[in-house]
Amino acid sequence: MSAGVGVNLENLWIRFGDFVAVRDANVNINGGDFFSFLGPSGCGKTTILRSVSGFLDPSEGRVLIGGNDMAGIGPNKRPTALIFQNLALFPLMKVWENITFSMEIAGASAKERRKRADELLDMIALPGQGDKLPSELSGGQKQRVAIARALCAEPDVLLLDEPLSALDLKLRQHMRTELREIQKRVGITFIYITHDQGEALTMSDNIAVMKAGIIDQIGDGKTIYNDPSTAFVASFVGENNVFRGTVKEIRGKEALIATNRSGDLVSRISTANQGKMKVGDEAMMFIRPEALSIAETGSAGDHFVTAKVNHEEFEGNTFNIFTEGDGGKEIKVSIPNLGQTFEDHTGQQITLEYETQNAVAVPAGELATE
Amino acid sequence: MNNLFLRVSIWVYLGIFFAYLLGPLVIMAITAFNSNGFPSVSPWECFTYAWFSELFQDERILNGIKNSVIVGIGTVIMSVTMGLSGALILTQVWPKLRATYYTIVIAPILVPGVVLGISTVVFWQRVNNWLGLGPDSILADGLFLTIIGQSTFIASYCMLVLVARLQRYDLTLNEAALDLGASHTQAFTKILLPFMMPAIATSAVLAFLASFENYNTTTFTFGDYPTLTIELAQKVRYGISPAISALAFIIIVGTVFGALTNEALKRRKELQAAASGDTVAKVDGGFRLPSFLSRNPAMIALIMLVAAVGLSVVNSMSHNPAQCIAQVQTERQEQRALEAEANLRALAERRAAAAAARAAEAAANGETVEEETTTAPASSGNSTGAFGNVFAPTNLDGAEDGEAEATEEAPASPFGSVFDPGNLETEGASDNN
Ligand SMILES: Nc1ncnc2c1ncn2[C@@H]1O[C@H](COP(=O)(O)OP(=O)(O)OP(=O)(O)O)[C@@H](O)[C@H]1O
Ligand SMILES: [Mg+2]
Repeated sequence: MSAGVGVNLENLWIRFGDFVAVRDANVNINGGDFFSFLGPSGCGKTTILRSVSGFLDPSEGRVLIGGNDMAGIGPNKRPTALIFQNLALFPLMKVWENITFSMEIAGASAKERRKRADELLDMIALPGQGDKLPSELSGGQKQRVAIARALCAEPDVLLLDEPLSALDLKLRQHMRTELREIQKRVGITFIYITHDQGEALTMSDNIAVMKAGIIDQIGDGKTIYNDPSTAFVASFVGENNVFRGTVKEIRGKEALIATNRSGDLVSRISTANQGKMKVGDEAMMFIRPEALSIAETGSAGDHFVTAKVNHEEFEGNTFNIFTEGDGGKEIKVSIPNLGQTFEDHTGQQITLEYETQNAVAVPAGELATE
Repeated sequence: MNNLFLRVSIWVYLGIFFAYLLGPLVIMAITAFNSNGFPSVSPWECFTYAWFSELFQDERILNGIKNSVIVGIGTVIMSVTMGLSGALILTQVWPKLRATYYTIVIAPILVPGVVLGISTVVFWQRVNNWLGLGPDSILADGLFLTIIGQSTFIASYCMLVLVARLQRYDLTLNEAALDLGASHTQAFTKILLPFMMPAIATSAVLAFLASFENYNTTTFTFGDYPTLTIELAQKVRYGISPAISALAFIIIVGTVFGALTNEALKRRKELQAAASGDTVAKVDGGFRLPSFLSRNPAMIALIMLVAAVGLSVVNSMSHNPAQCIAQVQTERQEQRALEAEANLRALAERRAAAAAARAAEAAANGETVEEETTTAPASSGNSTGAFGNVFAPTNLDGAEDGEAEATEEAPASPFGSVFDPGNLETEGASDNN
């Protein structure tokens, strides 16, 4: 599988005037990988993609595709194909002409193009729709045509800029599996951009999480989710409860944190920060809502949290309790709905419990804003 | 009640509006078929196509049309090309420069055409001299100068039309083409140009029409190649003939026909796009007014016009215009003879009356009175004011003074005799012969 062409970003800086859009990015993308850049709007994801596809020259550093430096090579000479954020299908061309545009450029005959278009239309499950105009297709169909058009160019690297963002939830989930399927079938490198962490987690082999031009962490989905290296990653990927405080004691791979509001709590130190956190440092501790459970009232210790319940809600698959938390933020507890009965705790003091391995401590830092 | 009043006034308003808009055109179209030598409707003489044949025998008019078409085509090519480049640069140029650039490029529209004409001649003459070329080089050629001169401002019109469309162009389409391996030239010819095509067609038509009707600029630049407008202007100086009405009629019909054909084609395309509408028509079966008719009164009007012309052709074949014209001629001569006779008789009576009065006066006073020769208070043409004698009071008196005198001696006017009805009458008479 990893026979594909890899992409490397080496010390990549991209500036617009004084503004730094990408700061010292170092990324190694294996050939044949489904690699995602995940980050909030405006963090520089599109900018990175444009530098890979050749529409932007790096201010510093290098972009390597298949080990070759791409400096001075135009977008029409790179082995990449980009699926644009707005798809950019050619409005005056029929679907089959759109799909085989790269063949027209290469001088293929209409007959060859027709044949290839039909093959690709079968692959994207739109057989017989070749004579329509893009305006006559639904959003999801356009999406697939854009993918077929990019694949028709037989690129070594396919770049996708939030291609699913315009679709509704159902279609988005359907297209996720479809994209992943296509990627496995063609076996080329996909670089995927999204601000939707669910998308990144479900599809990617590896994910780079970005914040304001800086890549915070690169790893596979499980690592990013379970072992975040910064407060930003912990708060951006999935739901998380934050406890602020200072490091009171280091116990090997664990730390005791004196939290501002909930007493001393014990937590595992995230892998990237082991050996780097010292007693007295400001720290943040994260516990997922599903890792908290209700304990017997009055239980005390370094893995118990006592708080007053603000309100509760029933979400179908889970039952959610929101208690007073740190820094104006509520603590969310999700209890899986297994048919048990839930009592109403609103206004009461309750004690919450967690297992040490499910809490993770990182140095204090900026949180993602929702 | 109120509603009714409102509706009536809207119709009245529309009636006046369309009369104002189309009235002159209708009148002009009618005059093209009247045998009367002066373009007129009301003394309707005979239905004739003589003015059309006269038009097509007029070498100068035909030559003017030919030159206009050549200039038009040249101007279309120049203006659309320059307009498109101008529009493209506008989207590329540094945002802060954009307003300045826009002003500069639009300026020729605001400059009077006369100035453009003069400056074109002067500028290219300099260039010609500077290059050491003779007076018969291409740079001094009337066609070249006219095309260049007209294009200076017509290109700006084209640019406005093209910019409007270009603003709707999604620049990522260009990037998509590049990304798929196209060169910049290919992206331009395969993506941008097809997208711009409707606007290019519109601006080409606009440029051609603007060129065809241009006079101000062309009048300085035409050299040995007078265009139609120039020829018409020169012709009108010697009096206006219904042949020009005939030309106007052809142009009007051509324009309306072109516009409606375009409209019909557009509707048909829309219909084809809306496949559902198609099926409805099919299910309906039966007879149905084609949609471009059922929703287009102008098309119906045109068809009626064509039918009317066809009918009149049939009509004219059964009844001979020459015969009619001859008849009118004799009628007119008879009328003139009668009028002259009546005038003479009236004059004689007046004289006799005056003589009798004088005789009576003389008899009463017992004095002798000198014989007077004129009855008018003062003869015109003697006063030499700054405005000639346009405003001389006698002028008006003279006009009121009875037909006999008016036909004998027309009052001089500052316009020469262009608008002199007598003038036209003699020309018309010679035309009829
Ligand atoms: N051509 C440009 N000139 C100046 N600044 C730019 C330019 N292009 C992007 N930027 C800036 O760079 C930053 C990153 O932009 P980018 O388009 O990469 O964001 P993004 O991560 O793709 O966001 P989104 O998820 O909203 O698409 C933004 O703050 C943006 O304002
Ligand atoms: Mg983006």
